[in-house]
Amino acid sequence: MQFIIPVGIVTAMGLLAGGILTIADKFMAVQMDETAAKVLAALPGANCGACGFAGCADYANALAKDEEHAIKANLCTPGGDAVAMEVSSILGVEFEGASSKIAIMKCSGSRDRTSYAMDYQGHQTCKANKLFFRGRGACEMACLGFGDCVNVCAYDAIRIENGLAVINKYKCVGCGLCAKACPNALIEIVPDKTRVVVGCSSVDPGKVTREICAIGCIACKLCEKTCKFDAIHVINNHAVIDYTKCKNCTACAKKCPTNVIHVFPRPVSAPQQKPKPVAAETAQVEAPAQ
Amino acid sequence: MQEMMIIILSAILVNNFVLVKFLGICPFLGVSKKLDSAVGMSLAVIFVMVLATAVTYPIQMGLLVPLQIGYLQTIVFILVIAALVQLVEISLKKYVPSLHQSLGVYLPLITTNCAVLGVTILNIDEKYTFFQSLLNSFGAGVGFLLAMVLFSGIRQRIENNDFPAAFKGIPAVLIAASIVSLSFMGFSGVIDGLFGH
Ligand code: SF4
Ligand code: SF4
Repeated sequence: MQFIIPVGIVTAMGLLAGGILTIADKFMAVQMDETAAKVLAALPGANCGACGFAGCADYANALAKDEEHAIKANLCTPGGDAVAMEVSSILGVEFEGASSKIAIMKCSGSRDRTSYAMDYQGHQTCKANKLFFRGRGACEMACLGFGDCVNVCAYDAIRIENGLAVINKYKCVGCGLCAKACPNALIEIVPDKTRVVVGCSSVDPGKVTREICAIGCIACKLCEKTCKFDAIHVINNHAVIDYTKCKNCTACAKKCPTNVIHVFPRPVSAPQQKPKPVAAETAQVEAPAQ
Repeated sequence: MQEMMIIILSAILVNNFVLVKFLGICPFLGVSKKLDSAVGMSLAVIFVMVLATAVTYPIQMGLLVPLQIGYLQTIVFILVIAALVQLVEISLKKYVPSLHQSLGVYLPLITTNCAVLGVTILNIDEKYTFFQSLLNSFGAGVGFLLAMVLFSGIRQRIENNDFPAAFKGIPAVLIAASIVSLSFMGFSGVIDGLFGH
């Protein structure tokens, strides 16, 4: 009979625990907001974080909770206009076009313009190479060319050409995963209307840059003097454009002695009939395939 | 005060749960790939360890010992800890959603983790008082955190290196783990030296 007590106790504890959990589950249940669930279904589910929230579910929840509609319904760049439209109709707010973004590449150092300082045989990723000394490029901030960015891009918008990452702006949705993957932070996410890009991030003084790269920014500040809108400044030995001020007038690009400021063909979403040969040599964003 | 320090420090360094006692190896190998998940997991472990001790100690002393059914310890503790973790998860979800967001993923993972069960049972084997048990559990949790953080750094180095095919993946990780564990053996005697026992 001595087994009655132990069996009884364990059974009682099991029942008790089960009971408590059932009750807790009933009383502390959190329902998912209906609107949030609908918004979540409308979002692409890429969980990329381009909207500034920790994934699609977080964004959907924030939208549903926000009664004054302070959070915009068009933050999902991968989803674009279609998703923005659907989300706005679920929330009953007016539709605004998705604020499209695009990735730009701030290095132009392909193999014919600059060189490698070492014959790196280690693990073939940008991240590993960057850990080793300061990367294989002669320029510390050069594209490492192993394509960490290519590997993370879900839209097949980047490829490595001649040791340099090249972004296809017609495929890029501006999700920003590549920007996070690049150990040299060479990729920046900018408004889609951007036409002028400084293709260099070198931190070396102008003299050094001139020796190791045929197209590096030499920090001469000509662009800074040319710009009428105070939108371009030499910071840390390379020119940086402030896209909130830039009017795309391209004056700086014309003045630049090393041609490191690239100008892209204008149309953004509608691919042009005839891609202009402009900048074909220097542009880091390619024209659409014909 | 000194006794408190001895208990906490020895739980962290000398008797590190993962590296010296070899408990909780599966999250140690599974979740240490990234620093932030390693930290999140460890925080959940600290939390659950202390809570589990606070609940199981009275059960042992007030129920199992008087009824002379101490041999049911393992099964009763598993039951209680599992239920407790579930309860904690449900209530966190309701009342502290932000904490639930950060701990949430890891909580279910450690429901029946052997390190958590281990710490509650060892507390009783060591004949600690209630307060000492809580301290020991906290120290054990911090030791877990230390091991996870150290090892996540090593993991990242391992990922970025080329190994002979036979060692790729888990074998290399296991070898690294054993070396880290060996180095922790070096801490034995440190506490005696520090506090002059
Ligand atoms: S931007 Fe869109 S796809 Fe990316 S996480 Fe936000 S909602 Fe999801
Ligand atoms: S852009 Fe960055 S991630 Fe891509 S290949 Fe160059 S260095 Fe590597």
